[in-house]
Amino acid sequence: MSRTPPLDSDAADAPDLQGPALQPTEGGVEQAQNAKTEDALVAASGGSVRQASLWSDAWRSLRRNPVFVAAGVLLLVLSVMALFPGLFTNTDPLTCDLKNSRLGPGSNGAWFGYDLQGCDYYSNIIYGARVSMAIGLLVVGGSLVIGIFLGSLAGFYGGWFDSLMSRITDIFFGLPLILGAIILLNAFTGSRGLLQVSVALIAFGWMTILRLLRSSVISVKQADYVQAARALGANDWRIITTHILPNAIAPVLVYATIAIGGIIATEATLSFLGIGLQKPSISWGLQINEARAFIRTSPYLMLIPSAFLSVTVLCFIMLGDALRDALDPKLR
Amino acid sequence: MGRYIARRLLLTIPVLLGSTFLIFAMVYALPGDPIAALVGDRRISPSVVAELKDRYNLNDPLHVQYAKYLGGLVQGDLGTDFSGRSVAGTVKERFPVTLKLAIVAIVFEAVIGLIAGILSGIRKGSFFDNLVLVSTIFVVSIPVFVLGFLAQLSLGLKLGLFPISGISEGWYSYLLPGFVLATLSIAYVARLTRTSLVENLRNDYVRTAKAKGLPPRTVIGKHTMRNSLIPVVTFLGADFGALLSGAIVTEGIFNLPGLGRTVYQAVLSGEGAVTVGIVTLFIFIYIFFNLVVDVLYAALDPRIRYE
Repeated sequence: MSRTPPLDSDAADAPDLQGPALQPTEGGVEQAQNAKTEDALVAASGGSVRQASLWSDAWRSLRRNPVFVAAGVLLLVLSVMALFPGLFTNTDPLTCDLKNSRLGPGSNGAWFGYDLQGCDYYSNIIYGARVSMAIGLLVVGGSLVIGIFLGSLAGFYGGWFDSLMSRITDIFFGLPLILGAIILLNAFTGSRGLLQVSVALIAFGWMTILRLLRSSVISVKQADYVQAARALGANDWRIITTHILPNAIAPVLVYATIAIGGIIATEATLSFLGIGLQKPSISWGLQINEARAFIRTSPYLMLIPSAFLSVTVLCFIMLGDALRDALDPKLR
Repeated sequence: MGRYIARRLLLTIPVLLGSTFLIFAMVYALPGDPIAALVGDRRISPSVVAELKDRYNLNDPLHVQYAKYLGGLVQGDLGTDFSGRSVAGTVKERFPVTLKLAIVAIVFEAVIGLIAGILSGIRKGSFFDNLVLVSTIFVVSIPVFVLGFLAQLSLGLKLGLFPISGISEGWYSYLLPGFVLATLSIAYVARLTRTSLVENLRNDYVRTAKAKGLPPRTVIGKHTMRNSLIPVVTFLGADFGALLSGAIVTEGIFNLPGLGRTVYQAVLSGEGAVTVGIVTLFIFIYIFFNLVVDVLYAALDPRIRYE
């Protein structure tokens, strides 16, 4: 992911997001007056009122976007596959019979054939969705928590904390994601599971979100409604959480959606390299790794998990693209 | 400009120190005994272990180890691996492979990416434009190791056009891995060129050039292209740095004895000195190319001045 193309364009778009968001500011002013008495209540209702315009507009245009609908439906299927694999297959992926080893698709009624150990490949593929989805969501979720927290503080307060954060992100950017993850994973003693892989990927993947949010917060914090809220006596926490973040978060969400796809591909790469998940975990990357030796004789062993992996990544990229179009008022 | 470069160089010092310390700490401070990894199952006398630990400074606290390493580094000494070879020698031997791979990849990026981007930018909304947009999304979503295997399977094994492993056939054996390594960036370059071209074509100076009757070839080739290519050139510069340090997977699949494969093997076998040495080199490359790109930006676009 360190090779992501200039994402600054997202940050540059951020000021435009103030357009539709300006309207509910009057609501925000009212709330600020009541803030002292009914802080929590107002924050709860205020949050939804404010978001109504930008996000409901975005939702309306998303629903009309065939790319979004297609990617969304596919991802829904993949999520169900990850949560309830039993709905798709009755065969246990770890029940294997060596006499079936590498029988091609269609033999014995097995749609995708059998792998080297004679396990049903279709059921293995289905169960592989779980790991990919879980790691994608865990890593991006973790990066969002770190990036949003530190990024909004750095952008809002500036000063030495901002400089410190900039240097630290520079330092972490110096190490390519895959290389950093390999070194960290190699240092984990004992077995490497979902948790270890996720931690390694968060450790070297959180920086972009922090940077995006920081620049987005900087461009939003000069807005009039932020000044108004401050003049009415709102404290920093309130300004950041209810006035700045809802208007600054859009480019981060777009990036995060696309990043889920990137992380899924990275997890598969690590498992493929033999440093990510280990058997008996079921992962598309591991399957591709095992299929490597049989690329001449049984290419389906490689092609099927590759196809599932690529389609999953593709869905997240298309979803992110659609989200970008919907959240950017310039394109409406 | 000179002052800007000087200031940037000063700013890179804490980043360099931080990045090298990060990698150093990950390799040496985290659990895992390099001596145990070295001797494997053999029985080894405690005195030999003590001797080895002493030779590789493994008894010192981490910051002392790091200081000793830095001291060697500024003198160009990257240390020695466990078999006594100097890491600098290994790097010198492996670097040309990685460099050739990166050069082949960057040429593919520049040629294919630019042509696709320019053609689709000129005819925005045409069939070709949509084809480029759709195919770039598809290419980006296929992980590079999958792409590598597909290329090996189809172009290498089935058609027999390219060697699929090793570097025995000179530059020719770099073509396929170079292309695989480049695909992701080809897609980025094509999209970036297209976006930049489309934006620039809307400018007033383009309309003026058209209005005074210049042929389209001059309007696009001379007036628009020069301005549109600035972000593309800078992307290519930054990407060259990334290619030099990010080819672990591609070198592994195509069995190229470059730095990426070497560092991967060093991590697995616990060769701390090799890992730290090569990653330090990667960090230097990354920071150097970032600096070059920023300077290039100022040199190409007179509106940007860093004073």
